[in-house]
Amino acid sequence: MAALLEVEGVSKAFGGLAALTDVSFHLEGGEILGLIGPNGAGKSTLFGCIAGAIRPDRGRIRFAGRDITGLGAERIARAGIGRTFQVMRSFETLSVLENVLVGSFRRHRRLRPALAASRAVLERTGLLGRENVPAAALTPAEKRRLEIARALALSPRLLLLDETLTGLTPREAEEGVALLRALRAEGLTLLMVEHVMEILLPLVDRVVVLDLGRVLTIGTPEEIVRHPETLRAYFGERHARG
Amino acid sequence: MSHPHALPAPSLLLAHRRRGLALAGFFLLLLLGGAGVSDPYTANLLIIALLFAGLAQSWNLLGGFCGQISLGHALYFGLGAYLTTLARLDHIPTLAALPAAALVGGAAAVLIGLPVFRLTGHHYAIATLVIAEAVYLLFLNWDWVGAASGLFVSYQGESWLDLSFRTSKFPYLLAMLLYAGGITALAWALSAARLGYDWRAVRDDPAAAASLGVGVHQVKLLAALLSGAGTALGGGLYAAYVNYVDPDSVMASRLSIEIALPAVMGGVGTLWGPLIGAAVEVPVSEFSRSYMGGSGQGFDLMVYGGLIMAIALFRPEGLASLLAGLRRRGRTA
Repeated sequence: MAALLEVEGVSKAFGGLAALTDVSFHLEGGEILGLIGPNGAGKSTLFGCIAGAIRPDRGRIRFAGRDITGLGAERIARAGIGRTFQVMRSFETLSVLENVLVGSFRRHRRLRPALAASRAVLERTGLLGRENVPAAALTPAEKRRLEIARALALSPRLLLLDETLTGLTPREAEEGVALLRALRAEGLTLLMVEHVMEILLPLVDRVVVLDLGRVLTIGTPEEIVRHPETLRAYFGERHARG
Repeated sequence: MSHPHALPAPSLLLAHRRRGLALAGFFLLLLLGGAGVSDPYTANLLIIALLFAGLAQSWNLLGGFCGQISLGHALYFGLGAYLTTLARLDHIPTLAALPAAALVGGAAAVLIGLPVFRLTGHHYAIATLVIAEAVYLLFLNWDWVGAASGLFVSYQGESWLDLSFRTSKFPYLLAMLLYAGGITALAWALSAARLGYDWRAVRDDPAAAASLGVGVHQVKLLAALLSGAGTALGGGLYAAYVNYVDPDSVMASRLSIEIALPAVMGGVGTLWGPLIGAAVEVPVSEFSRSYMGGSGQGFDLMVYGGLIMAIALFRPEGLASLLAGLRRRGRTA
């Protein structure tokens, strides 16, 4: 089976600073891939390149066999890639339902079917009881959920999750994990950046470790936790030796 | 409406229909009331208030719904007014000139938006202000359009085709009602349509909107097109009403502020805001003009300044939010 997402030799520099250097990896359909690395490793830049917010200097990104390099966020969203943001971005003056409606309108031109689709997404994400609440009034955990709901309204094949489970209480994080597992069970492919290892590692099939803009290693969670380079880059010298 | 304390909120669709009915009822009442007005002073006040309601509603499509603050709408108003007057002087019927005026106003707004919408922050507001001022100066010195002395259309008999009436102001009142009601109906329809939601998404967070496939630049241009067209249409109707245009009355920067003000006072991005705002602005402006005479120059601006400060302090969402508050109280009681 061909990969759903192929990242090939992607490089990006800001001024003289290389944020990404020759990054390559792929994502199989139905897989959950974790993207980890210390601060400044280039995770957000890589995310931006895939989602179209940042144009890579070199390299190719293919989605479902189609070259999407530098297409721009709007067209990449329409191609079937949904995303959430590290810093929460909701449409604050709109209600929860209307936030999702913006995404639903991509697939349904008319209000009625778009509303029905939005409600279905809110049900899947456990936000149906909050549909008429202004987005500004949601708790952080609910806002994270709303970002996922909004992206789901696009009916994407791939979901990019940028620290969706960060900053939540253990209980909220647990609910988030259950939601992501349910989405995968529905056939969605997930690429997630996450800091909390205890949450990420049990959830993902494979992990890409970035350090200083380069791919350090790719492997299953079991493989990468034993990899000395990962330990050094991520947890520091002391752990690598110990 | 979306308050947790209120009784079950009506569905989005139902609320939209109710809002439409209320607006339709409001304009119907104005029509019935307007038909009974025989005093020319009151009729004139109503005509100008309706004009500014339509203008503010047009401005609100771009500035309120899409969040692109324009301080240069006098340009589109002036283009519409001049085009309609020039057509009239060339014996082209006003009713034929009005669609062309709308087209020119929309095109001008798109032309300004094309390069400037790529910029973020306050660049758009500043650019619109500067461009409108430049065109104002151009018209002030351009002999073909009468330069500073303007253009005058002489009365050539009653005509619906030219919107020319001397015996009664009622036809103008009807035209302005159609204008303000039409733009309001457009804003109402779009407020629950895909384009309306795209606009609000772009206003609240352009990056998030793009991540949902909203063509950010494209929907801003569409907002500019409709907003510029609506404003130019108002300019054309105004020219037909007063039969005289000069740069100071139809293109000055003060007019840009007067077009934006009702929406800002009444409630940016709401349907009632521009209507309520115009109902406050026009009488205040007329009062300062007639009671203060020549010494009243700028008095109305001082009143608006005070009003805006008071509204920002006590009703940041605008005067229209008073209505919503009353309705909520009515439902919970």
